[in-house]
Amino acid sequence: MTKTVFGAIALAVGLGWTMAATAQETVKVGVILPYSGPFADAANQLDAGIKLYMAQNGDEVAGKTIEIIRKDTGGPSPDVARRLAQELVVRDGVDILAGFALTPEALGAAEISKEAQKLMVVMNAATSIVTEQSPYAVRTSVTIPQLNYTFGKWAFEEGGVTQAYTLVADYGPGHDAESSFSKGFTEAGGKILGSDRTPVANPDFSAFVQRVKDSNPEAVYIFVPGGGQPAAIGKALVDRGLAPPDTKIFAQGELTHPEALESMGDTAKGIITTYHYTLERDDPLNAEFVAAYREANGDRAPDLFSIGGYDGMHLIYEALKKTGGDTSGDALVEAAKGMAWQSPRGPISIDPETRDIVQTVYIRQVEEVDGSLQNVILQEIPEVKDPLHGAN
Amino acid sequence: MNANLVIVLFDGFAFGMLLFVLSVGLSVTLGLMNFINLAHGAFGMLGGYVAVTAMRQLGFPFLLALPTAFLAAALVSVVFERTLFRRLYRAGELNQVLFTIGLVFVSAAAATYVFGTGQQPIVLPDWLRGSVVVGELRFGVYRIFLIAMALAITALLVFGLERTRLGARIRAAVDNQRVAQGLGINVDRIFAVTFALGSGLAGLGGALAVEIVGLDPSFGFHYLVYVLIVVAVGGLGSVTGSFVGAALLGIGDVAGKYFVPEIGSFLIYLMLVAILLVRPLGLFGKR
Repeated sequence: MTKTVFGAIALAVGLGWTMAATAQETVKVGVILPYSGPFADAANQLDAGIKLYMAQNGDEVAGKTIEIIRKDTGGPSPDVARRLAQELVVRDGVDILAGFALTPEALGAAEISKEAQKLMVVMNAATSIVTEQSPYAVRTSVTIPQLNYTFGKWAFEEGGVTQAYTLVADYGPGHDAESSFSKGFTEAGGKILGSDRTPVANPDFSAFVQRVKDSNPEAVYIFVPGGGQPAAIGKALVDRGLAPPDTKIFAQGELTHPEALESMGDTAKGIITTYHYTLERDDPLNAEFVAAYREANGDRAPDLFSIGGYDGMHLIYEALKKTGGDTSGDALVEAAKGMAWQSPRGPISIDPETRDIVQTVYIRQVEEVDGSLQNVILQEIPEVKDPLHGAN
Repeated sequence: MNANLVIVLFDGFAFGMLLFVLSVGLSVTLGLMNFINLAHGAFGMLGGYVAVTAMRQLGFPFLLALPTAFLAAALVSVVFERTLFRRLYRAGELNQVLFTIGLVFVSAAAATYVFGTGQQPIVLPDWLRGSVVVGELRFGVYRIFLIAMALAITALLVFGLERTRLGARIRAAVDNQRVAQGLGINVDRIFAVTFALGSGLAGLGGALAVEIVGLDPSFGFHYLVYVLIVVAVGGLGSVTGSFVGAALLGIGDVAGKYFVPEIGSFLIYLMLVAILLVRPLGLFGKR
């Protein structure tokens, strides 16, 4: 009884102090992800990236042990992410916040990162503004404008297309994709014939695809969230004869992820996508990463979430090495700025001004290689920055 | 413009038929047995996973995978019905709703555990892929197949419920359990069979839906809303009602998205409200 009372008092009074004491041996990383709900798969793949990095590199850095504390947001809810971030900082005494598959999660947690001065490693959330919300936020994934502005320019200059139709999912990332592709495309000289937005949980695309067909574009640009929709929209396009080479299909890489390719079959051939990670890219580092990932995850291939988590952990490890184990937000974010390394996706770095990622943008086309469909790289555009930072 | 209208009608009807196959089983159990089974979508998901697994792991052809999905969902549902659901037949509606929605959560977790969180692609045989060109119109082959399946199911159900002995027993058991029992009808068994039939149809619908809408552990939740709308609009217990309701909603959804994409995704709900205002029991509802 006395013990319980004493424990309760100690907990109430000395919470921060006891945490600081234990933190001398361990570095606690609070990972906030949608482990359950409709985005569970994203969290699952991202988490597998984190685990793989730790399995390969051990859990000791700069004389300290890395401890991961996982929290489930259940979906794109900023208030839950904010509460979890607060709990992690106040109750669990974490030194670093990480994860964030979805933009709303990152936005919710950014306030806490700013207030508590904790390094925040954004491992996926791909809206530009995310890193502007906290001076301690660093991103290791990608931004949608980074990919699609570049892609829009490429479509006119190299893709040989002068007019196009855009069809995007009606939510934040979709709007970003639409505006940045259109911006790149029209700045280069192209013309957007029309643009439609599909509901985020759209079960059937036939109506929208028919609208695209009516305006008879040279190319259609698609952005849909990963999961079941890519295959559905791909098939709907081909069913209506909107297929390469007559009509080019442009999209962000989600459209041709391995499961979608399997489901679409030969109809996927010729689809051109833009992405920052290409599973089949011929590179020893990537081959090693893919092999190890497949082995650890029942032959499941890594995707953009996996690589975001993997590189995010790399950033945390390297930053800790640089600071010699100092876990203060200021020291860590200074260490992260300008950091550059070879990732399985190619050379990447952290822009010292925006704390956002700078990386190669790949333009790929679906082709048959050794009897299976793959995203074959057509062009590499190196050292692309997010075009929106500092733009307004 | 006329050509487009035909295509929109065709696509809408095909989508409606998919909704019909997914929801008719619920209409049967809900209307005939007065049991609110929100776990209906979970049986659909089970059918989808069974079909995908049978095709991938066991090499079943697609046409054999469909009845396998039906049987698997029917069998599993009988086990659940015998052990769990039957306890709730006399319970209040809230108990039924809470219990069955809980079951959907359990099924989502179980599917995640067994199959992982990823999408499960289905690879159709070549003859179901692509499209048929008539004049300047292109009709998707799989959509034609869906419509044919839905029509066949409707015919079988209407015939089975209205013209066969089993159908007569089901209707008798529903109308008045005590009298039916007095006449020597084993009401318990009839309910089990009806439940299995409804869930089996959900399983079949789930297997058919994978190609169009994909399959992951949240399937049971995703289509619950559509399924409930179809049942509400069609009227409880009416196969014809579900058919007409599903066709209307499918066409309304696709046509709305085509002609007025800005509000297209709300149209299905507006239709629901409008129809229920005029006919609170649904188009063909009797009780």
